[in-house]
Amino acid sequence: MRIHFKTSYNHDIRLFPDRWSFLVYAILIVIAVVLPWVLDDFFLGEVTNVLIWAIAGLGLMLLTGQTGQASLGHAAFLALGCYSCIIFMEQGWPFLIAFPAAGILTGVVGTIIAIPAIRLHGIYLAIATIALSILADDIIVLMEPITDGVSGKFAPMITIFGIEIERWTTPDRFYWLVLAVTILCTLGYRNLLRSPLGRAFAAVRDSEVSASAMGVHIARTKAAAFGISCAITGLAGALMGFYAGAFNNETFSIVISITLLMMIVIGGLGSIHGAFFGAVVVAFLPQFLSMTKDFVGGGSVAIPGLETGVFGMILILFILFEPMGIYGRWMKIRIWFELFPFARKDMFKRQKSYLKTERLR
Amino acid sequence: MEVVQLLVSGLANGCVYGLIALGFVLIYKATEQVNFAQGDFMMLGAFVCLGLTNAHYMGLPFWIAAPLAIAIMAVLGYLLDFFVLRHLFGQSQTAVVILTIALGFVIRFIAGAIWSHEPQTLESPLAIGDFNLGGVVLGMADIAVIVVTVLLTYFLYQFFQRTKLGLAMQAASQNQMAAYFMGIPVKRVQGMIWGLSGAVAAVAGILFASKGAIDPNAGLLGIKAFAAAVIGGFGSLPGALMGGLIVGVIEPFASRYFPAGYSQIAPYTLLLLVLVFRPNGLFSQVRIKKV
Repeated sequence: MRIHFKTSYNHDIRLFPDRWSFLVYAILIVIAVVLPWVLDDFFLGEVTNVLIWAIAGLGLMLLTGQTGQASLGHAAFLALGCYSCIIFMEQGWPFLIAFPAAGILTGVVGTIIAIPAIRLHGIYLAIATIALSILADDIIVLMEPITDGVSGKFAPMITIFGIEIERWTTPDRFYWLVLAVTILCTLGYRNLLRSPLGRAFAAVRDSEVSASAMGVHIARTKAAAFGISCAITGLAGALMGFYAGAFNNETFSIVISITLLMMIVIGGLGSIHGAFFGAVVVAFLPQFLSMTKDFVGGGSVAIPGLETGVFGMILILFILFEPMGIYGRWMKIRIWFELFPFARKDMFKRQKSYLKTERLR
Repeated sequence: MEVVQLLVSGLANGCVYGLIALGFVLIYKATEQVNFAQGDFMMLGAFVCLGLTNAHYMGLPFWIAAPLAIAIMAVLGYLLDFFVLRHLFGQSQTAVVILTIALGFVIRFIAGAIWSHEPQTLESPLAIGDFNLGGVVLGMADIAVIVVTVLLTYFLYQFFQRTKLGLAMQAASQNQMAAYFMGIPVKRVQGMIWGLSGAVAAVAGILFASKGAIDPNAGLLGIKAFAAAVIGGFGSLPGALMGGLIVGVIEPFASRYFPAGYSQIAPYTLLLLVLVFRPNGLFSQVRIKKV
């Protein structure tokens, strides 16, 4: 068992609490970097998919996990990031400019949308964002001169300093690109959490009333959360477009929005690890199901709705038995071993809360 | 005449949205939870009735099958609360939202596995044909939908305002702790409201299936009903019906007078506008928390 003896405030907000955890993450990054030499192209593609989902998950996690605003419309921002990045590149912009520009554009649009949305609470926000997700589909079709509507667009080749990157011909380079974006986003996220803005996010999530009593500007904080969250999601969307190769108005449907939200709940709300764990589940579930079906002998008969059905079932079990997600379970197991034999059963018991309405009649 | 025709067909559709929205509002009014699976409940209710009625399956007479389906859905709703939602007691609204969305997926999968994904029609005595009233064509099913919806809304409204159980439900939502102290069995009351909303969903489903074919994805209609409930203001039963009618009437007019492509976004645009200018719906019941 390690004890962190903190002697200054800076100790408390260090990126890595001690050398050991720094070492663990350093090893993890080294493994991630050498992965293309170990795995074949198919599994490398799957790992790339996990990383892209994880970036999108980080984006939503910032909004839902940190600031407590549930959004069911993040597929709209994935779409915006994807379309804007590709369209910028079609205008002749290099990838290194088009990619961040797509993120910034998505962030700005997200903030503008957030300004009316921040007046909404809980379910009203969820519904407004659902409407947004549905509208995005139709708007893409309506803006056909720019977006090519139903027939969709194809992702161009990425060129960075003369190095050509493409998902199918050079999967290893594409993987490294995605990995770099993932690491940058994760570091940015981690740093944001220890800044005053990140603390304000957590304060708003835990109680808006007490946050405003502490001098946090609720509306501004929520708008910032929306903006940053949408920017990260936009980057993930652009990468998703390159990963898929071709996309149209149906690629980023409302199902993607819902999957994204469910993903971070399964992974564990409010933790960076959760976004990654959830991404692993989402990305590997289809493969796992098809393998199981082969094993059982179901053959190649497609069962419609099976994937979402199983996914829904997993999610229900998680919310009932482990509301803190995979990361929460992992924490409990780790703490049990760290404290052995002093771990107690009720250590993670939630405080009981009772409901009071905000309605008048 | 064309305007009247559009209005009537819009009203009939709007009543179905209104009925599903009633289910949302019932649960919200009594438990502050939001059941995103209400549309899928509606679909399930329709399929249960279809499974009992159609000659291809059980072949029972419609007037026996319909009450039976409503009863089955009521029991299912109660059991769902008993086995699943009761364990979420005290968790955040968002957890319930996510749980019910997941539940919707599971219901859709199960319905697809039992009744297949082909669209099917209910062999309903309500679908006997159309009337022609001075140039306006009216389906028997449309009239039935409008009549049943108005009656149901009226009775549910009276139920909440007048009966002991209805008041207990309101109390349980306004302050759970205080309701406990007043001797209200909060958990059982919540189970009952889930049962009631299951029954309302079944009624909506049967009427919807009488109007046309259904398939397991019909539950996605729930999103439109959701828009209706929000436009009306969550927590108000007449508001839910009103919102349903607004959404229902806007649709045919938008598709008639707007260019193609713009018509299907009309309800959602209206929803966003309502949320921007009246964040708590047209029949608002919410006030801002003060310290």
